[in-house]
Amino acid sequence: MRHSAPRHGWNVLVVTFCTATAASAQTRSAQAAHNTTRTSNHERNMTQDTLLYRGPETEGYLAAAGDTAIRPFRINIPDSALQDLRRRVMATRFPDQETVTDQTQGVQLATIRELARAWGTSYDWRRVESRLNALPQFVTTIDGVEIHFIHVRSKHPNALPMIITHGWPGSIIEQLKIIGPLTDPTAYGGKAEDAFDVVIPSLPGHGFSGKPTALGWDPIRIARAWVVLMKRLGYTHFIAQGGDWGNAVTEQMALLGDPALIGIHTNMPATVPDDINNAALAGAPAPSGFSADEKHAYDQLSFFYAHGLGYAQEMSHRPQTLVGFADSPVGLAAWMIDHDGDSYALIARVFAGQSEGLTREDILDNITLYWLTNTAVSSARLYWESKLAFFAPKHIPIPVAVSAFPNELYQAPRSWTERAYPKLIYYNRPPKGGHFAAWEQPELLVADLRAGFRSLR
Amino acid sequence: MSTDTLQYRGPAAANPVATDDSIRPFRINIPDSALQDLRRRIAATRWPTRETVTDRSQGPQLAALQALVHYWGTGYNWRKGEAKLNALPQFMTTIDGVNIHFIHVRSRHPNALPLLISHGWPGSVFEQIKLIGPLTDPTAFGGKAEDAFDVVIPSLPGYGFSGQPTETGWGGERIGRAWDILMKRLGYTRYVSQGGDFGAVVNNAMGRQAPAGLLGVHINLPAAIPPEVGAALASGGPPPAGLTEQERATFDASRTYAMQGNAAYVGMMGARPQAVGYGMTDSPAGLAGFLLQHPGFAKWTYGNDPQQTPTKDEVLDDFTLYWLTNTATSAARLYWENHGQSVTSAAAQQTDKITVPVAITVFPDEVYRPPETWLRRAYPTLIYFHEADRGGHFAAWEYPEVFAAELRAAFRTLR
Repeated sequence: MRHSAPRHGWNVLVVTFCTATAASAQTRSAQAAHNTTRTSNHERNMTQDTLLYRGPETEGYLAAAGDTAIRPFRINIPDSALQDLRRRVMATRFPDQETVTDQTQGVQLATIRELARAWGTSYDWRRVESRLNALPQFVTTIDGVEIHFIHVRSKHPNALPMIITHGWPGSIIEQLKIIGPLTDPTAYGGKAEDAFDVVIPSLPGHGFSGKPTALGWDPIRIARAWVVLMKRLGYTHFIAQGGDWGNAVTEQMALLGDPALIGIHTNMPATVPDDINNAALAGAPAPSGFSADEKHAYDQLSFFYAHGLGYAQEMSHRPQTLVGFADSPVGLAAWMIDHDGDSYALIARVFAGQSEGLTREDILDNITLYWLTNTAVSSARLYWESKLAFFAPKHIPIPVAVSAFPNELYQAPRSWTERAYPKLIYYNRPPKGGHFAAWEQPELLVADLRAGFRSLR
Repeated sequence: MSTDTLQYRGPAAANPVATDDSIRPFRINIPDSALQDLRRRIAATRWPTRETVTDRSQGPQLAALQALVHYWGTGYNWRKGEAKLNALPQFMTTIDGVNIHFIHVRSRHPNALPLLISHGWPGSVFEQIKLIGPLTDPTAFGGKAEDAFDVVIPSLPGYGFSGQPTETGWGGERIGRAWDILMKRLGYTRYVSQGGDFGAVVNNAMGRQAPAGLLGVHINLPAAIPPEVGAALASGGPPPAGLTEQERATFDASRTYAMQGNAAYVGMMGARPQAVGYGMTDSPAGLAGFLLQHPGFAKWTYGNDPQQTPTKDEVLDDFTLYWLTNTATSAARLYWENHGQSVTSAAAQQTDKITVPVAITVFPDEVYRPPETWLRRAYPTLIYFHEADRGGHFAAWEYPEVFAAELRAAFRTLR
């Protein structure tokens, strides 16, 4: 059965745009008119302000209360914003070199210098802008905040609708590589019955979504907004997927108890029993009786708590101190590539000439998106808002599929995962990959999503 | 125009590391180009959106920070700050491979007691310069000639005009040993030492090292949290049984302090100083925003209260010093060196190993107010304890005469 049916109240342009039928010509013409309006808005901004693109919320789109319209969205960053970025990158003032020969103090000077050189000289934002604009993008107002999202329907009739949520310091750019294999599996070695419709929103305060000005936008409220979004798109049965904040939001969706959500997949599962978590936080040695997988996970957690938690503490408590990342592109880049030691290593190796997983362009696309939308601080506020324990089991009552990647903050052992998720339907330990699974190892994640949800179709 | 030519890099280029014990006179002379570059960057600041709260709980509030930074770029005059330092005898000497910048003022009184004063983060020698008059020339400030001190005020390694260490190991212990070398190099065979914030870490270390001639230390951020109290605070568990009313009040205040996130900057810089350093190094507004999160600024009014010290210009002297010397990241590394060693924990600071006399002043608005019972337990050699009637984390900066009076009283028995 098809899980979706267009509803009344839809913007007719969106329907035609999505279905890519003969009516698409009409859509394109509407898009063109729409873009003209946007351009004039940009120009107005430029005269008033300092050439800075500020994301969609300044563009006069804010819907009236109760407006459920879904409006097509295209990105068109003014050249002036890109010139300003390049100028700032080239004028970067650097500190002296770290006093260690490894990454233990954080981002190494040689790495960030190489990143800055590539960013300021050869990087081309327009390439990823074109990739994004080649996808159907929309904005809609939910709970007073503009939500930007990609929505790609599969051509296969029984595609399973899935909402995929990114985390920090990620964005929709993390997920671009999995859209094709998920929606068009037969073109990527899969079967028609593996097809998904995908909905990929930008978290509030991130990317082209609006920046909340009111308190309360924690993962629970985002979860409620995502259910609204899926229903507004006409989906009556769907699944949800995420890692990092995407996991928190996805788990909270599952806890809402809405029968439309039939299962979730997480690539950053929250499985750590309280006593084990407390021991790791306190820096205690691993409890006895652990299996090898449990010991490994415990050691990863202990290391993260001892040496990796600083960024989360800072954002959880004082997001507004991070003004420098709104003003300094290279400062922002360093902040973003240092999510955790393993992620940093996966990224730093790219700037040292290795090509596994990510490319330099991938990394700069994501950082540039944060820069151009000026979301360094607004994204950090999600940490301030959330009161959820990241790794504590949440007693999810619906089916859960889990991928435990080896270089995640911790690789959840099967034993903890089975205890944390009573309705575990799938568990896999992919051979490689870390915190940014969709971005870095898209094929492995896609394989897990196909296998993980097969029993729910 | 190459940006590198616009960047003053601190004393490293102008003051090569010496291989001998020479003490070289030092004057500050920042090139105009560095000041122009600073003003240009300030004018080009790109700001985030405002906080979603109506208080400081998310960090420095945007409107207040914007007003301060605007003043920094348009009204503030570094040359006045520079002149304050250049009016004092400043020197450079190389210790353990790192250039150490210091102010050294001798009293005209013959039996002045030599005193070394260590600043912390996000402070600098600017915090202490208002102490120099009352300490070295007490009779001009309502004191007596027998209260006179010679003062030595160094910049911590990686801070201000001191050199930036290029190797690890420059934590409290090594700095403490360097400070003793400095005092001996100046010819002092009997001296006392003082510090708060990271200066307290250094003084705790010096107290343990007990070098010959160190008569005693004065600390205004003591490490008094007993182990069982620290454990309860860390685990979120209930307070230990048997706390007095005052101990319980300090326990509760410490718990609130932590839960409100006041120590987040410690965790951040302790874990990954480079992660946050690049933004502070490239953005003056980012530097100010980060430094202002220190709880010592919690009641600072950004200069709106004209009676309050430090004044807006005094705070900007300090921030500009961090900017011009490009020391945001090197200063943050001191937290990495000290990672996991709480400044307020008696166990972490090993106060039971201190053998020299210890004097302590508790200022009421300090980040915590340890009760005398905990201080006596933590510091077996306590010779002086007093709770001042006003002042906070930056007491020397806020109330230099109160602070000077504390030092006179604290060290009177050691002369």
